[in-house]
Amino acid sequence: MTSYLPERFRNSPLVLTIGVSMIVVALVALPFVLNMAGTAWVRLTNFAILFVLLSLGLNIVVGFAGLLDLGYIAFFAVGAYVYALLSSPHFGIHLPFWITLPIGAMVACMFGIILGAPTLKLRGDYLAIVTLGFGEIIRIFMNNLSEPINLTNGPKGIATIDSIKLFGLDFGRTTRIGDYALNGQIKYYFFLLAVLVIVIIINLRLQNSRIGRAWEAIREDELAARSMGINTTKLKLLAFAMGASFGGVAGGVFSSIQGFISPESFTLTESVMILAMVVLGGMGNIWGVVLGALLLSFVPEVLRYTVEPAQHALFGRQIIEADVLRMLLFGFAMVLMMLYRPAGLLPSAVRKRELTKDEEGGAA
Amino acid sequence: MDVFLQQLVNGLTLGCVYAVVALGYTMVYGIIQLINFAHGEVVMIGAMVAMSVILGLAGSGVPPLAIVLIALLAAIPACMAVGYLVERVAYRPLRSAPRLAPLITAIGVSMILQHLALLIWGRNYIPFPQIVKTQTFALSSSETAATITNVQVAIMLLSIAMMAGLIALVYKTRIGIAMRAVSQRPDVAGLMGVSPNYVISFTFVVGAGLGAIAGVMIGSYYGIAHYQMGFLLGLKAFCAAVLGGIGNLGGAVLGGILIGLIEAFGAGYMGDLTNVCTLNKFLPGFSSLCEANSNMAVFGSSYKDVFAFIVLILMLVFRPQGLLGERVSDRA
Repeated sequence: MTSYLPERFRNSPLVLTIGVSMIVVALVALPFVLNMAGTAWVRLTNFAILFVLLSLGLNIVVGFAGLLDLGYIAFFAVGAYVYALLSSPHFGIHLPFWITLPIGAMVACMFGIILGAPTLKLRGDYLAIVTLGFGEIIRIFMNNLSEPINLTNGPKGIATIDSIKLFGLDFGRTTRIGDYALNGQIKYYFFLLAVLVIVIIINLRLQNSRIGRAWEAIREDELAARSMGINTTKLKLLAFAMGASFGGVAGGVFSSIQGFISPESFTLTESVMILAMVVLGGMGNIWGVVLGALLLSFVPEVLRYTVEPAQHALFGRQIIEADVLRMLLFGFAMVLMMLYRPAGLLPSAVRKRELTKDEEGGAA
Repeated sequence: MDVFLQQLVNGLTLGCVYAVVALGYTMVYGIIQLINFAHGEVVMIGAMVAMSVILGLAGSGVPPLAIVLIALLAAIPACMAVGYLVERVAYRPLRSAPRLAPLITAIGVSMILQHLALLIWGRNYIPFPQIVKTQTFALSSSETAATITNVQVAIMLLSIAMMAGLIALVYKTRIGIAMRAVSQRPDVAGLMGVSPNYVISFTFVVGAGLGAIAGVMIGSYYGIAHYQMGFLLGLKAFCAAVLGGIGNLGGAVLGGILIGLIEAFGAGYMGDLTNVCTLNKFLPGFSSLCEANSNMAVFGSSYKDVFAFIVLILMLVFRPQGLLGERVSDRA
């Protein structure tokens, strides 16, 4: 980010320290400020961070490796269900989160490999359809695996899932510190923030690693990458597995925040939403994806609070529901971005070169 | 045997609809190698427009068959317009972009069309007006005989007529030759005096027209219309197109009918085949479960939507070019 600064500040350690500490202070203060406006806003922020996590996971698959995955929500669902089954009264198992989250990530990763192994040899557009189908299959199974053995409790979903407990703090309850009541959502905010920082660091390190560069090579020209000695199938599988495990972790956290999950939360619409976030921000650019996810999480909520009252004021009735408007927004975001700014709001340098038509005809 | 015959009839009917939708996918894919995700939505819009027209005319004293005809004549141009617009606005500017770009726009367009339909027709399931009285014919004299309805017969005949018409269009007419030329090499076809843009638009319009009819058929078959009805239908039809060999018209028909049959037989027999109590004969140990409930199917008919995808995955793994397709080079 420092590269946007003028030359003489760019490498100044003082500017960097001040900048970073300002961001840290802002991020720490944020939930308390939001909490004054209402706990709902903290909750919204938490879900926004969750979507950032998911978008970063999908970004590995779509942005780094250039594989269009339209069933990404399935991995999120797997993570969520693993967490729910291992820490809820459904089976009477109550494992702590530091066991269930990694298990969720591992199971999701396994599903990623199961899906990826037979399909990654396929051309890009077939892969899109297969992943879409996979997402649907997972949802259908979750809906129906209540018989003959009740595994997922079917469409009714799993309720009263344990919240995360850390340092003796129960994230599901309000803790009193002196006069101040620290509610669960604020605690989740810090937990999510910590996870987010870790995930961003992993992503940044990954992008410039040998693996990241290999992904980039595959994305730009698979044949050339293969002739340079890159094991393309293995690396694509790795991208799938890594993306899936991030999705799994996010799913576990979702389970615990929500306390209730059902197959309804894991439809194709959600997959498309996450894809829209990645596309809007800029495929392949980590900060772009973060921006895209935050924008597409908050703008619809702002719309919800402005458009519906505005319609009542103007027409006396509601013409467009905020939910519909949100989905239209996602649709238009994808179409317009692809038409006018295919590399996203914050394009990654390589991706920009690749996604705009070039004279050499390399892109087609 | 009656169950078998019944599922055969159901499967063929459904398969004919899938085949007609699959033709829309396969034509577009054949010509510009794009999965037109929005095609399922075009089908949905066809069903919705027809439904509105039928509801509007239902009490007016116009004979039922004429109403159906008017509904079709309203749905077809509406869908053609949508198909043309989508191609013109969302796909044409991206024709030389990398493959990922038009795929993402296609998803976006599909979302937009779905939610526009939601705005117009609401989010509830709407009963599709059964204006032509359904008559049921028994296929044998036994009491449990398989039956076929006049709607099913009409769907099959109409589908066959459309498939034949399309094949005649592509293989016997000038525009058909132009379509095949553009699908092979757009630039060379352009040098021969064919306008690729015109031909591609034409392909979208024809595909959308077929989609409109398919929408009316599926609406009257299931008796229900919903703003999301096109999505799953579109996916299955796409699976059918891949099964037959995408880009191949005959393949789309074959694939469509096969998917329809697989789904019907799957739904009909899967429950019995995976019934724990049937397994009990070979693998004892389930008897306690069976006593509680004699119908303990591991995979019941609620899994019927899964079959098409499983066929798709198996096909792509073992024979990616499809049943009738030729081996194509990797263009990804």
